[in-house]
Amino acid sequence: MDSKTANKLALLTIKLIAGIVVVILAFLLGRILLQGVPHISWSFLTKPSQEFIAGGGIVYQLFNSFYLLILTLVISFPISLGAGIFLAEYAPKNWFTEVIRMAIEILSSLPSVVVGLFGFLLFVVQLKMGFSILAGAIALTFFNLPLLTRNIEESLNAVSDLQREAGLALGLSKWRTVLKVIIPEALPGIITGIVLGAGRVFGEAAALIYTAGQSASTIDFTNWNPFDAASPLNWSRPAETLAVHIWKINSEGIMPDAAAVSAGTSAVLIIVVLIFNLSARYLGNRLYRKFTAADK
Amino acid sequence: MDVGQYDLNDTAIRTFDPKEHELAISTDNLQVFYGDNHAFYDGSLQFERYKITALIGASGSGKSTFLRSLNRMNDGVARVDGQIWYRGLDINSPRINVYEMRKHVGMVFQRPNPFSKSIRENITFALKENGIKKKQQLDQIVEESLKGAALWDEVKDILDRSALALSGGQQQRLCIARAIAMKPDILLMDEPASALDPISTLKVEETMVELKKKYTIIIVTHNMQQASRVSDYTAFFHLGHVIEYDKTKNVFTLPQKKATDDYVSGNFG
Repeated sequence: MDSKTANKLALLTIKLIAGIVVVILAFLLGRILLQGVPHISWSFLTKPSQEFIAGGGIVYQLFNSFYLLILTLVISFPISLGAGIFLAEYAPKNWFTEVIRMAIEILSSLPSVVVGLFGFLLFVVQLKMGFSILAGAIALTFFNLPLLTRNIEESLNAVSDLQREAGLALGLSKWRTVLKVIIPEALPGIITGIVLGAGRVFGEAAALIYTAGQSASTIDFTNWNPFDAASPLNWSRPAETLAVHIWKINSEGIMPDAAAVSAGTSAVLIIVVLIFNLSARYLGNRLYRKFTAADK
Repeated sequence: MDVGQYDLNDTAIRTFDPKEHELAISTDNLQVFYGDNHAFYDGSLQFERYKITALIGASGSGKSTFLRSLNRMNDGVARVDGQIWYRGLDINSPRINVYEMRKHVGMVFQRPNPFSKSIRENITFALKENGIKKKQQLDQIVEESLKGAALWDEVKDILDRSALALSGGQQQRLCIARAIAMKPDILLMDEPASALDPISTLKVEETMVELKKKYTIIIVTHNMQQASRVSDYTAFFHLGHVIEYDKTKNVFTLPQKKATDDYVSGNFG
């Protein structure tokens, strides 16, 4: 076999493997969407779920998923930003920094069910938070923190050292250089990372089952006082999310239309995550062009 | 050719009589270490005000290391011993406010490094950080600096466009404009034209000759034609030592040391 044939063969193999991946993905997505989309209707999206009779919706689960996501980001973003800036810009090369890096690696490889059980024991039981949005958001923060920190560190590292030198040579302090030169430059990467991470957090179930709980308490959408138990903004109420809802219906759902509700919920979940991922790409590209002004 | 054959302690370094020449900056026993690596030995050089001094030498001769020590860009990278005298102050002292000092000793780098901001913001950014907020004043400095860097005519209508859309040569002149907008005393240039095409190089050189009316320029260059075209004084660096320092004409036509002679006649480097 001459080198040209070998090259063709290798290329063909790689294309074949890539093709298989695409086919599996398309099959999964297609199946979930085909089965689920017919069940999505306005009333499905706006009605509370039912446990015993058909015709339940997912409005609480949908709201809970978003609220939990926002709360998670509010907690995890500032911490990740600080940690990412420290690791990328200030951390000396010594054993201490290595320990921090290793801790982040380990945290990112923890199975989410372990994070969930840990959250259950510590926050729900020990700290007496009960099954609550806050406990769930903290558990998800454990889940999100390593990803986000790594993303921010990498985005900052990707900014050329020439930019740091440019800022310093103009008499800017290191901190002002980081804040005004390096972070804006890294922003598109950081935002893309946040949105992609949001997609993962949005679909997470195992970490939430024992923290945010499995029941969707009734919410009064006219009551926006976060300290009232019926308010959507209340963070100490148990809150079932879309992913947990799917898990629950399939393990113990007794409503007659369980299969349809599960399919519809799955489709909604997938669609939201798809929107996150597509908008991450769009946002990233757009911000990049805005900052480099390549489209002017 | 063996570059280690010269006696590195056999040097010819000119000094200036402060009564006749105004000094901008000078170094005493400057030494630079990268870890255990002694990168630069005992450099005591004086730089005259409103002149262009070229630092020449082969790669690894320590000239960039020396230059970057002058505005403390080696802080945290290398250990720099010795004194750097500027206006009666040792700016190599740990007590010096480095950020304040760098406003007086500006720097232009080898690769153009404009910020990913508009042309105007590239210049106004550091000014705003220093508390200059009035639009009128900022506009005036933008115009002056761009004129000083011979870029004004090319960009005056596109000031709000991204600096990254400029050509490499224009970007480098923008970096010069950005540096002189801070009104420094001294401008350090680390091979400012090495990444540019010949025409852009020529423009940057013309700019430098214009700039020396107001600034003291110290430039590292690999290009000996460039050194002989633009500089008043030349220092020849070899293996971390300054071998010869004199008027550019003398260094190139009547070098006193064999190492200098071999280098400027292209026998090594």
